[in-house]
Amino acid sequence: MGVKQVVKGNFATAVAAKLARVDVVPAYPITPSTLFPEQISQYVANGEMDAELLLTESEHSAMSAAIGASASGARVATSTASQGLKLMSEMLFIASGMRLPIVVAVGNRALSAPINIWCDHSDTMAERDSGWMQFYAESNQAALDLMLMAFKIAEDHRVLLPAMVGLDAFVLTHTMEGVDVPLQEEVDDFLPPYKPVYTLNVNNPMTFGSFGTPAHYMEFKYQQWEAMKSARKVIDEVFADFERKFGRKYEKVSEYRTDDAEIIFITMGSVSGTARAAVDRLRERGIKAGAAKIVVFRPFPLERIKDIAKKAEVLAVLDRAVSFGISGPVFTDIAGALTNEEEKPMLLDFIIGLGGRDITFRDFFEMAEIAKKTMKAGKVDDPVHWINLRKELLEGGA
Amino acid sequence: MASDELFVSGHRGCAGCGMATAVRMVLQEAGPNTIVANATGCLEVMTTGYPETAWKIPWIHAAFENAAAVASGVDVALKKLGKREGVNVLAFAGDGGTFDIGFQALSGMLERGHNITYVVFDNEAYMNTGIQRCSSTPPYASTTTSPAGRVIPGKQGKKKPISKIVAAHDIAYTATATIAHPKDLKTKIKKALESEGPSFVQIFSPCPTGWRFPSELSVKLSKMAVDTGIFVLWELEGGNFDNIRITYKPKERKPVEEYFKLQGRFRHLLKMPEKIAEIQREVDEKCAEFGF
Repeated sequence: MGVKQVVKGNFATAVAAKLARVDVVPAYPITPSTLFPEQISQYVANGEMDAELLLTESEHSAMSAAIGASASGARVATSTASQGLKLMSEMLFIASGMRLPIVVAVGNRALSAPINIWCDHSDTMAERDSGWMQFYAESNQAALDLMLMAFKIAEDHRVLLPAMVGLDAFVLTHTMEGVDVPLQEEVDDFLPPYKPVYTLNVNNPMTFGSFGTPAHYMEFKYQQWEAMKSARKVIDEVFADFERKFGRKYEKVSEYRTDDAEIIFITMGSVSGTARAAVDRLRERGIKAGAAKIVVFRPFPLERIKDIAKKAEVLAVLDRAVSFGISGPVFTDIAGALTNEEEKPMLLDFIIGLGGRDITFRDFFEMAEIAKKTMKAGKVDDPVHWINLRKELLEGGA
Repeated sequence: MASDELFVSGHRGCAGCGMATAVRMVLQEAGPNTIVANATGCLEVMTTGYPETAWKIPWIHAAFENAAAVASGVDVALKKLGKREGVNVLAFAGDGGTFDIGFQALSGMLERGHNITYVVFDNEAYMNTGIQRCSSTPPYASTTTSPAGRVIPGKQGKKKPISKIVAAHDIAYTATATIAHPKDLKTKIKKALESEGPSFVQIFSPCPTGWRFPSELSVKLSKMAVDTGIFVLWELEGGNFDNIRITYKPKERKPVEEYFKLQGRFRHLLKMPEKIAEIQREVDEKCAEFGF
């Protein structure tokens, strides 16, 4: 087995890129992801990693170079966050449209304005329609493992879609945790070299990124749709393969004490551990709570959400992002997944932990109270609740 | 057209498109071991309507502002994969994708020192979107966003001196060219490709649709631009402007008015002799700087 090391989340994603034998790393620094290009630079400077490091003048150019490199047949990874992901946004859609299996570690960080460097999921949530697969890590170990698996899933010829792995700003990116770092030979055994279908090759010239008229455009998009569907199966296969080789089990959605639960909290990322501990405390108080952690957000785990929904009276969705004018984005997707189910639980949406505000047991107790009241009322008037707002700041202006 | 052309007929370029002729010449010189990263624009739209292509070399288009960055990725990937030897990596973009929206990516590519030849096809406005002004548009040219109105006579401000700005990055080779001087153009492309490090060639590309002239005049207008001194043919190795070499000096410069007369975009100027005199003065000063 691997070597136990105490490392930051950013180091975990960088070492994953090294172990994956990434060929090209186009990168641009941004808090809280900067340690990724720093670490890769160290590896390259010390001859520990045989990669081309391309330090661009913007995130837009980093993703553009990633596209050029991936189309040339290279395995490509980079890292970014927040505004950096926004600057890449245009190119994210082009990377997926061109079916290039680029992998990006995203240090999930709030979006400006006001400028804020701390954790929430606004950055990746706003890219949920970009055609990228999305994985969310709860721990530094998961960040490393999901990065490794992301290459294998993305590069599978049934998929050929890019992937982003989210790790919460500071809570994971900058926090030291014990991580089992796999050995190179173990990773080589798990992850074969990238075998592209088509490349920019002077011996077999092809046109990449051509002009698609109404006569052809929809079929390109349908193929991306189908690829996301295939990814559901491939993800299960790769998760199973990973468990066989490394002994660590991953699921698209992981459940905790849900079997007899009346209230199930739905979480993503680092808060999931807090959710499980809160579930234990709520149960000590006689409240039948459970928790479910979404690990794979794109493709959305429709069937798993439907199964979990059957178990509860209330699904309490924690959204670390907001779609202004409707609700949190995870909530809308869950509501959509359940819309044609004959029996479904009541759905509550909790906008929580934006811009790095801590999510504590007290918040879970408050959410459980709202869920209990909802069960008692038997109906939902307004499903969206903002948790732990500082009301004193909102009263009477500035 | 010869069968060994790498940029082939059947594309949807307008009759008389200066850029199409220029692209053909560039690829004749670059040869088949060439990969092109192309910016969004007329060139991409007219040549790659799926499922057809006019390109017989590997070609990639991603977006408008990033041909230099995409080419950078191709460059390093091929290097890493051991496939870089003997392959030319080129970036193609229009003036909008170079002077304006692609300027940052271009500067980054130059600074990083990639062995890439960047060719800008300069038709002096956003033609693909329907003739809007650009920082490449010359003074007083009428475009759809700098119309010759009753109060404002066309584009205000000067044309950005892109090749000088590029050369100021102290890159391997910078040059300007036109399709009216094909030998000069090909020699410059050859020098650019043979240079170690970034190189840049600005090709003056008359646009019959955008400039409003008969399609058979593209070559003539290229020649007129040089003969009036409006467009100067030069080359430079490195960033010291003292070393600029003028590759073609008109024996006797023609008045700029003769160039304006042939194009609808300058028609309003013909009634404004003071504006013509102003441009003539500026061209004279520029030519004096170049030593002719």
